[in-house]
Parts: sequence; structure tokens; C-alpha cells
Amino acid sequence: MAEAKKPKSPKGTVAINVELCKGCGFCIAFCPSGVLEFSDKFNSKGYHPPHAANPEKCVGCGLCGMYCPDFAIFGTRNKEVA
Amino acid sequence: MSPTTKNPRNQYLRTDRMPHIWCPGCGLGTTINCFITAVEECGLPLDLISVVSGIGCTGRIAGYLKLDSFHTTHGRPIPFATGLKLANPKLKVVVFSGDGDLCAIGGNHFIHAARRNMDLTIICVNNFTYGMTGGQVTPTTPMEAVSSTTPYGNIEEPFNLPFLADCSGAVYVARWTTFHVRQAAKAMREAIQKNGFSFVEIISPCPTLYGRRNKLGDGLKMMQAFKDNSVVCNDADTRSVALDFRGKIACGKFVDREKTSFLDMYNTKMAERFGPFYEPYEGVK
Ligand SMILES: Cc1ncc(C[n+]2csc(CCOP(=O)(O)OP(=O)(O)O)c2C)c(N)n1
Ligand code: SF4
Ligand code: SF4
Ligand code: SF4
Ligand SMILES: [Mg+2]
Repeated sequence: MAEAKKPKSPKGTVAINVELCKGCGFCIAFCPSGVLEFSDKFNSKGYHPPHAANPEKCVGCGLCGMYCPDFAIFGTRNKEVA
Repeated sequence: MSPTTKNPRNQYLRTDRMPHIWCPGCGLGTTINCFITAVEECGLPLDLISVVSGIGCTGRIAGYLKLDSFHTTHGRPIPFATGLKLANPKLKVVVFSGDGDLCAIGGNHFIHAARRNMDLTIICVNNFTYGMTGGQVTPTTPMEAVSSTTPYGNIEEPFNLPFLADCSGAVYVARWTTFHVRQAAKAMREAIQKNGFSFVEIISPCPTLYGRRNKLGDGLKMMQAFKDNSVVCNDADTRSVALDFRGKIACGKFVDREKTSFLDMYNTKMAERFGPFYEPYEGVK
């Protein structure tokens, strides 16, 4: 029996603490899934933090958090929902 | 995303000291992330891991890690760490040291600790310059590179650190860049787990001084260059892994050998000499 196609839920979630960001761009350049882009907004130090432009693509690999020199971002794998 | 969501790394960091002093695009924070991963993966209780660093931008690492950590004097993290290890052999003692700290003022300590096969893990963050004091030449600055003290280009042959560690007696030697986060974390874990003198060199961007003076771009551009220019050559002869200005960066695990460490050597010798009367010192109970 064919079921209606449900949109796939993303495998991971990325969290950003914009105030810690210094705008280096490491997370944006090295995210393997193209989730992140610079935001137009400024944080209070005057840097452009990243934002999740394509959150549905996040695979929760955690690389953004490994690269971020300012501990401002991290990704986690979502729990499987049956 | 709620800004209050906690980074799982925070449990290893002194968050009350954040934001840290490092420049945008500096590789030191990335190096900490690799180290935290290594600590998690080696599964040791945190109170058995101790971090010692000297002075410099790299030296600040000790102050930001929420472990028993010591920010010592310039060039002297290895003698301090040696004392710590011998006083409490149960500890895993990790030294974080800049290229200047480790191989200029601290160079003699480095070669002799390696020669003794002292039970320490040394992580050298090599940014090819004295970052904290304004970008002077160090013993790892490549030939031709400009620094505040070599305005026309460096004319001194630099140290090839993996070779120096290898020929001084290190039992584990690896080099990665801050682009290679997973490999660097794995090398740090292996180094921590190794008995004896283990050495990991991390090539890291200093965009503010080394990068700017040499027109290498910002931190991200330097990271891209690490990605484009590195070649993985595990088990390479360390004589062949010297670095050139803007040249290829040989990365990998170069040395992993077995040799009795200083502490094991000492205990064996004393047991031979004093037999049942000798009780190896196991540290404070
Ligand atoms: C005995 C002594 N000599 C010199 C200094 C000045 N000094 C502070 S940091 C530093 C160099 C740091 O360079 P490096 O170890 O490569 O660390 P980086 O800042 O590049 O991470 C120097 C020379 C000092 N603090 N103490
Ligand atoms: S890596 Fe960290 S500091 Fe750099 S842009 Fe991303 S969130 Fe900001
Ligand atoms: S967790 Fe991985 S996929 Fe998700 S944003 Fe971070 S780097 Fe990209
Ligand atoms: S001066 Fe260089 S090494 Fe020091 S914090 Fe800035 S970028 Fe990093
Ligand atoms: Mg340095």
C-alpha cells in the first residue's frame, strides 16, 4: 500500500550562539551539506554570524562545531523518530 | 535556535572567561575542539588529565580548559610538566606549546624530554611566528617568509619539528593542520594513550600577523590553503617532511614505536637494585 510521501525530517540540528561568533566563516565553508550562510544581521560586536539557510539539509555531523574557534556553533544528530 | 542552547563542549571550557582573546579566524580555538574530542574519546576521568602550557597566544589554552591546567612561564611547560608527572605518575600530562615557546626558548627542554622518553604528550601549535608579541621570526618560520624581524624575508633554515622530535627519541610523532579536525583529534587521542614522549604538531593560522605580513589572506583563506596544499603521507621518513613557504604540507602519523618510557625504566632499574624493598611511587593517594 503506497503511503503519501512525508517530507523527510532532517537528520541533524545546528545551534548558533550569535554573540560568541567572530565571523570567520569556517563553519560556512566546511559544512559538508551547505546548511549555513552569513546572516545580514550583526551581533553586538559587529560581526555577521552564520544562520541556517538550509536547516533541512543538516546531517548533524558536528563539523561546524569542530571548526568553530569561538565555540559559537554546534550540530547534533536528531534522535530517530519511528 | 535558542541562543541559550548549550554547546556540549562547554563542560570542558571555562565559559566565564569567554569570549576568549584570540583573533577572528585564529586556529587556536579549533585546536581546543580537537583536543576536547580526543579527551572524550580516550575515556579517561577528567581529574586524571592535566594540561600545562607556556606563554603566548597558544599558552592561553591552559586558561580556557576546565581541567587541572597550569599556565607556566615562557619556554618552561616541559620542565613543569615533567615535575607534575613524576610527582603524580597516574596523571596524563599534556603540554600545549607554541612554536616559539617549544622550540626557541624551550628547545633544550624539548629535545631532552624526548631523549629521556619522558611520559608526556606535547601538542605544538605551529603558526610560524611569535603571535603574542607581534609576529617576530621563530625557529619554524619558513625561509623567505616575512615577519616583523625579517622584513626582507627570513634567511634562516627552520626546524622541521617532526624530524627534531623523531631524532631526539619521541615514540609518537604526527602532524596535521587545523583543517584536518578529525585526524588531528585522532592523533591527539593516540598521543595521549601512548606511553612515553608523544608529539603532535598542529599547523594553525595566525591571520593577524603571519598571514597579514605574508599576504596569505584571512583565517579562512589560510585554512583553504591548508586544505589545498596538504598531502597525507603516513609513515613518511621525517627527514622528508620539512615545510617550505607556501609549499606542500606533509601530514600524517610519521612515527609510532615502542620504547621503554622514563618511568618504566626508572622503576625497573630500582626494582633490580633493591628487589622487594623497592615500592614504585604511584603518586598521591
Ligand atoms: C622569558 C620570556 N621571554 C620572552 C617573553 C615574551 N614572549 C611572550 S609570548 C612570546 C612568544 C610566543 O610565541 P609562540 O610560543 O610561538 O606562541 P604564539 O603566541 O605564537 O601562540 C614571547 C617571546 C616572555 N613572556 N618571557
Ligand atoms: S566558525 Fe564560529 S566564529 Fe566562525 S563564523 Fe562560524 S560560528 Fe562564527
Ligand atoms: S552539523 Fe554538519 S551538516 Fe549540520 S550545519 Fe553543522 S557542519 Fe553542517
Ligand atoms: S595574534 Fe595570531 S596566534 Fe595570536 S590570537 Fe591573533 S591570530 Fe591567533
Ligand atoms: Mg607561534
